Amino acid sequence: MRDWRYWLAEQRGTLIAVAIFIAMFIIYISNHQAGLTANVVNTAANKGTLLALVAMAQALVVITAGIDLSVGTIFVLTNCVASYVITGNPFETAAGVALVLLVGLLCGAINGAIVIYGRLQPIVATIGSGAVFFGVALMLRPLPGGTVNETLADAMTGRIFGFMPASLLMLAAIVAVIWVPFRRSVIGRAAYAAGSSEAAAYMSGVPIRRGKFAAYVLAGLLAGIGGLFLTFFTYSGQASTSSASTYTLFSIAAVVLGGVSLYGGKGSAVGAIFGAFAFRTIGDLMFVFDLDALWQPLFQGVILLLAVSFGAIGLLQVRNRLEWFR
Amino acid sequence: MERITGRMPRFLRRADPAVATAFACIVLLLLIGSLYSSSFLSLDYLLLQLKVASFLGIIATGMMLVILLGQIDLSVPWVIGMGAMMACAAAAYGPLGTALAVPFGVLCGLALGLINGVGVAYLRIPSMIVTLATNAVAQGLMIVYTGGFAPRDTATDAMRWLATGALIPGVPNAVLVWALVGGAMVFVLTRTGFGRAVYGIGNSERAAYLSGMSTRRVTMIAFAVSGALAAFGGVLLAGYASKAAQAMGDAYLLPAIAAVVLGGTSILGGRGSYLGTVAGVILITLLQSILSVMQLPEAGRQIIYGAVIIAMLLLYGRAPASR
Repeated sequence: MRDWRYWLAEQRGTLIAVAIFIAMFIIYISNHQAGLTANVVNTAANKGTLLALVAMAQALVVITAGIDLSVGTIFVLTNCVASYVITGNPFETAAGVALVLLVGLLCGAINGAIVIYGRLQPIVATIGSGAVFFGVALMLRPLPGGTVNETLADAMTGRIFGFMPASLLMLAAIVAVIWVPFRRSVIGRAAYAAGSSEAAAYMSGVPIRRGKFAAYVLAGLLAGIGGLFLTFFTYSGQASTSSASTYTLFSIAAVVLGGVSLYGGKGSAVGAIFGAFAFRTIGDLMFVFDLDALWQPLFQGVILLLAVSFGAIGLLQVRNRLEWFR
Repeated sequence: MERITGRMPRFLRRADPAVATAFACIVLLLLIGSLYSSSFLSLDYLLLQLKVASFLGIIATGMMLVILLGQIDLSVPWVIGMGAMMACAAAAYGPLGTALAVPFGVLCGLALGLINGVGVAYLRIPSMIVTLATNAVAQGLMIVYTGGFAPRDTATDAMRWLATGALIPGVPNAVLVWALVGGAMVFVLTRTGFGRAVYGIGNSERAAYLSGMSTRRVTMIAFAVSGALAAFGGVLLAGYASKAAQAMGDAYLLPAIAAVVLGGTSILGGRGSYLGTVAGVILITLLQSILSVMQLPEAGRQIIYGAVIIAMLLLYGRAPASR
């Protein structure tokens, strides 16, 4: 009887993100010149998937009460690696994909090792590691270029049965293969426990180190998958500072919109996905309203500021003022 | 260990190990640099480095105040840009505008910092996300203002004089400005109630609140000061380059945070000294200078820069093992 209430309370952030996304998408579609066509949906899905993957990566780390300021650079680094290795016959292509994912995993493992075993604060540790990852990316691709197996790229960014965007199916598969098992495992619970109260989790004998490490490693992997998809969309690799910093910042915004608490222990990667889609749709609203593209950054910023300010409504429900300070 | 520390002079015994290590690293960097080129230890070179460091130093001063509270200010990049562009823009409005260019630029940064402060202190939004949003807003405003092109206004003579002139022969004005800002910050942090409140809030905002401090006002003011100092840094940078540029502040966010943290200030707040921040700023500037003198490609510089920051933090910035 009461079960659904607990479920509702637990998933509140995610459900709000879904609601924001649906509302924004309806406004977007109803004002779009072409309306709800398969093409419009496919483009929106492809753009959203890129951010959604990076946002999932960020969500995993944020859940452990950490932050990963290097997700954008891992995303760019794997993009540069992918622009070299994903070519040739199917076997070579598959090996290339595996290599790209391995690079992502490795980056995540480096972050995890520095933060957990090096005992550095995540925010400064990932600033440093991000600089290293970006340096490697620059070394690989000082100038934009490269190729990718176009058959695979088109299959990943096209449509299945004429209407279903392949990228959305891939995203669902990634959630099913990576997120769901993680969430249900002891290690995933340990990551949540470490985020909500590290001291209590430690006292209860929860394997917090393993949990946090797994979160960082999987975050690297997800950012790597994001880089892979970027290569599929652009057919090339580019070590761009602006896309690294934009994706890092947008991933934090998407995670917050998606109901993941920056204090850790609350929210889910699924929420982050919807947060990412909502954020992308908000950014694209400018185009359907025919406003000058110059106004887009300001518009996005103001919306973000308003969205986070809404979170302040919760303050009114606080009975004890001490709850304000945590 | 006891015997060794007992024999050391008093000022060394009292020194924070992190600050001492940071200064040791500076000496080490200078030695490495002098192996490369003998001009590294010349007075001219050192003064030039100090001049370059003073821009980062002023920006890091504001960042340190916020980090001492246990918060972070990610809006620094575009507040720098806004301060620079607005100061240059004011110069286009006749003599009055020229006279008020510097205060106007700083005031714009103060206003944005105030928004950050209200968001963090009164609305209780995590500082990381508020400052991220105001950074986006500042960027948006500047892009709308400039139309996406490089701004055409140029810096006023006063801005150029502040950044490149020399009131005392041989000592660049920028260094004097940093010394003034730094001196004021040391005074505020160590001699005033506001400074004690900042450390108190950084340690435990609840305890500070219960002991009757107006923690929210202090937090708000700290963010406003950080915004104003970042904008001031931008004004000086515009004076240095004689004009503002798009994204000119992007290169200062991470070095500012790194400088504060390398100087031994805890990113969790409540602990740290201004001397450490000075050491961190000089350290970062020297590191960047040496990497550019070595004529490495940008990729190699990034890798070494990141690796050195992590290595130094592993050396002395680690959290305690037991809990």
